[in-house]
Amino acid sequence: MLEQLGAASIESLFDSIPEDLRLRRDLNVPAAISEIELLNAFDEMGTRNQAARRISFLGGGAYSHYVPTIVDHLISRSEFFTAYTPYQPEISQGTLQSIFEFQTLVCQLTGMDIANASMYDGSTAMAEAVLMAERVTRRSKVVASAAIHPQYLEVAHTYVQHAGIELQHAQFDSNTGQTLVDSIDDQTAAIVVQSPNFLGCIEDVEALAEKAHAKGALLIVAITEAMSLGLLRSPGASGADIVVAEGQSFGVPLSYGGPYVGLFAIREKYARQIPGRLVGEAYDKQGRRGFVLTLATREQHIRREKATSNICTNEGLIALAATIYLETMGRRGVQEAARQCAQKAHYAARAIAKVAGYSLPFSGPFFNEFVVRAPSPAAPLLDTLAREKGIDGGIALSRFDANRPNDFLVCVTETNSRAQIGALVEGLADISKAS
Amino acid sequence: MDSIAKVTTHISHNESLIFERSQPGRAGFMLPQLDVEETPLDEIIPAQFQREDDLAGMPEVTEVDVVRHFTRMSTWNYSIDLGMYPLGSCTMKYNSRLNEKVARIAGFANLHPLAAEGEAQGALQVVYELQQHLAEITGLPGISLQPAAGAHGEMTGIMIIRAFIDVRDGKEKSAHRRTMLIPDSAHGTNPASAHLSGFTVKTIRSTPQGLTDLDHLRELCAHGDVAGLMLTNPNTLGLFERNIQQICGIVHDAGGLVYMDGANMNALVGVARPGDMGVDVIHLNLHKTFSTPHGGGGPGSGPCCCTKELEPFLPVPRVVRTRSGGDGVEEALNNFKLDFDQPQSIGRVKAFLGNYGMMLRALSYILTHGRDGLREATEAAVLNARYIAHGLISDYEKPFDAPPMHEVVFTDKRQARKGVHTLDIAKRLIDYGFHPMTIYFPLIVSGAMLIEPTESVGRQELDQFIDAMRSIAREAVEDPELVLNAPHTTRIGRLDEAAAARKPVLRWKPQQAASASLD
Amino acid sequence: MANVPENLHYSKDHEWVRVEGDTAVVGITDHAQEQLGDVVYVELPKAGEDFAAHESFGSVESVKAVSEIFTPVSGKVAEVNGSLNDEPEKVNHDPYGEGWMLKIKMSSPGEVDSLLTAAEYEDFTKAESE
Repeated sequence: MLEQLGAASIESLFDSIPEDLRLRRDLNVPAAISEIELLNAFDEMGTRNQAARRISFLGGGAYSHYVPTIVDHLISRSEFFTAYTPYQPEISQGTLQSIFEFQTLVCQLTGMDIANASMYDGSTAMAEAVLMAERVTRRSKVVASAAIHPQYLEVAHTYVQHAGIELQHAQFDSNTGQTLVDSIDDQTAAIVVQSPNFLGCIEDVEALAEKAHAKGALLIVAITEAMSLGLLRSPGASGADIVVAEGQSFGVPLSYGGPYVGLFAIREKYARQIPGRLVGEAYDKQGRRGFVLTLATREQHIRREKATSNICTNEGLIALAATIYLETMGRRGVQEAARQCAQKAHYAARAIAKVAGYSLPFSGPFFNEFVVRAPSPAAPLLDTLAREKGIDGGIALSRFDANRPNDFLVCVTETNSRAQIGALVEGLADISKAS
Repeated sequence: MDSIAKVTTHISHNESLIFERSQPGRAGFMLPQLDVEETPLDEIIPAQFQREDDLAGMPEVTEVDVVRHFTRMSTWNYSIDLGMYPLGSCTMKYNSRLNEKVARIAGFANLHPLAAEGEAQGALQVVYELQQHLAEITGLPGISLQPAAGAHGEMTGIMIIRAFIDVRDGKEKSAHRRTMLIPDSAHGTNPASAHLSGFTVKTIRSTPQGLTDLDHLRELCAHGDVAGLMLTNPNTLGLFERNIQQICGIVHDAGGLVYMDGANMNALVGVARPGDMGVDVIHLNLHKTFSTPHGGGGPGSGPCCCTKELEPFLPVPRVVRTRSGGDGVEEALNNFKLDFDQPQSIGRVKAFLGNYGMMLRALSYILTHGRDGLREATEAAVLNARYIAHGLISDYEKPFDAPPMHEVVFTDKRQARKGVHTLDIAKRLIDYGFHPMTIYFPLIVSGAMLIEPTESVGRQELDQFIDAMRSIAREAVEDPELVLNAPHTTRIGRLDEAAAARKPVLRWKPQQAASASLD
Repeated sequence: MANVPENLHYSKDHEWVRVEGDTAVVGITDHAQEQLGDVVYVELPKAGEDFAAHESFGSVESVKAVSEIFTPVSGKVAEVNGSLNDEPEKVNHDPYGEGWMLKIKMSSPGEVDSLLTAAEYEDFTKAESE
């Protein structure tokens, strides 16, 4: 090939790089290793993640749910996972139709009119929702509940810090665990709440929507446990204007925090302000139905600095996993999984509350996560529980709030058996007794 | 050629939407029976918070329905595994199955992101090792793997520049330094990311040779308001900015910093390092250069690498090594932790640590290639692009003389005389079994066709591609209609995108409900 | 060749103006719609808004491009062509008729004189495309 190109050497292909910029040594990277060595190395590192093997009651934005076997099988098909963004619709209909189904499912679950083809994750989706509210209302104040996932709030703060948006926090009721919004004014672009919130409590979305709308503001609802949509009233039915969610609960492995998939749904009237890709129906000359990327003029590759977002690559394959999950579980499966989550969580909560010294500090209704107040600092207690009983019993809230030393967040899903719940309750009792 | 229009009604070509397949009572799942005492729902969740619509409209299908549904739809997709996918600036290289296997190892796949650090040491080690390798490859020692995609990495990098200047100049002075320079050939995410970070964008012209216009750059740098430059190198025309040191010098002298868009790092790995060129901060695309699958449009992963000077501004938390190496086994294995104590950080850009599954795959790619393999991949990628440039020059207009790096741009100038445009050539290429190249980008080249073969094609396939392109060039002269009506071999023809955008239908709705809403 | 009616005034931003008393009817030219391709969306201001000459008053979108549109003359928007909401393709089919965009109550009608004549506009587009 070189000869045909009239090139003297491989080296000469890089002549346009000035001599003194070329790396005159090998990269300080190990020499290639074989498949056997590689798998051994990763297996060994994997075994040092003891937490991956424990009975787990961890939630807080990432959830252990049952995943039907066919989800991974189907997303592993070459035609899906080695394709790219469907720029050429004639040879991308598989991807495009799947996204159209994804958008439909997100609308059905959230009760909204329009959903996009996905965002990076729930946290960035919420930040983009805040930016969108500013574009829609041309107002600059946003009131966000303090009961939103702390990491989501941090991401929102990063995103809006240069956008001229003032992010205020609304406190939550220390008895109910539900958000209190007392004062918003005609400069408020949006109220942002998470429901169920980070403390597990279900917010009164309808009342908050009324409050927001009375001042011409939008209500943004964020959801980290999307499975709750199988049981709880949809944010759309409760009056939300923008709904964002983490879709990890729908067939996506925990994978130490990603890749997950952000859901983003809105009212139809805001269609031209939505960030991200959209797929729409289209027809060819013979009248055959197909699907295309549409309303692209909102996006960065056309509108550049005036785009609704800088997002380009989204989470296609993970959105596909969520689509396959939702279609396999279907209407009744999502309802059943959600029912089991709620029933098991309430069973666990009742049992823990009966253990001497333990209580549930918040009275607000919950779905499958709840805060437990331990008789002693939660962090060391949970460490001991993990080490001695092999159970990850929850997330110590002192990680996020030093004023909550004894509180921890427990999550129960359909994957936790009665026996596991029993072991958790017993373990907590044993450790508290011993100390 | 309409005679070869499809007459078949093959079942797999007519797969409907899942909602149209749905039948009440069908189910594709089975969960264990609830094994705890059930409480009446109203006692645990007040009725006002319960769902009222019974999830109406959601599909009810069996497992085999779902498998057939997606398997049939999958056959409507082109993919890397099927053949060459020469999308310029997208680096559609082979996605190793081994990397997929690694990402599915239970110790990683089942690991909760809020697991105790001490119980996730293997996972943190992966992050740390990948950080080390990427720092070495870019020559930039500060690194965060948190950004979820290229544009997200851009935003991170630009916010780091802003935070650095705020500290260096003081808030008051830095308020006057709010201009970001971006070449006219840049990807649209660059200006969008700059805007998100509160900068005003000024556009730098390209020279007729396709490189950054230094005089224009100097002119734009003369006003004391420049915070930085966002530069892709090799640029989106596939050309290495040979004046890169001078460019960095001009921007630095003007008090600005240089951000490099690493979309085209596949031309440089193991051959040259942005850190050695004077670049201050860069993002990488693990889904391009480091072979993590594109997945029909993500997930990506966009690590951000920077100089020591910029390191304090990286997103939190950082993954760090606490000791360089302990004495006991226990100590050596518990060396990694999350560092939240970075007061100058721009903050968090994503929940948890980023697209972790992509990090596993990228590390696997680096380790299986090794130092030699990484360089050889770069060399093959450039050689392949050069070979295509050589093979097509007789039939297509090549707007820039300079030899390309890993991708090459041609135009439709010669074919346009016959009314055949880039879009038509792209569609006709589908009939030859190839995915089209990137078209109409970069915007500054009229009728652009940007071709990036990557290292994952052999000479035989390159020859087939060149033959196909040359054949299309002949068809454009001899039978333009054939090209204008392409593709002829796909399940559906060109779709009416204008009608789709005028009256967007963005979701399925049941027939009844749709007509009811019209009343 | 694009249609350039004699009786209209033209701007270098490819808008046309038809003067009706002290009202200016504004739209984009045939040449502009040809360059844009199939128009899929037109974003227009509300009646009652004030604009200076050469100010951006909205945008026209095709499938893959967005173009800002500018007021050729200053004044208050008296009426907008609401039918373009549902049928933006009118801009393609009848740019000087049903595809009109705004009626502006001119604050300085003299501005019209500084716009291009049909012949000047034709020369201008010819020069631009070379």
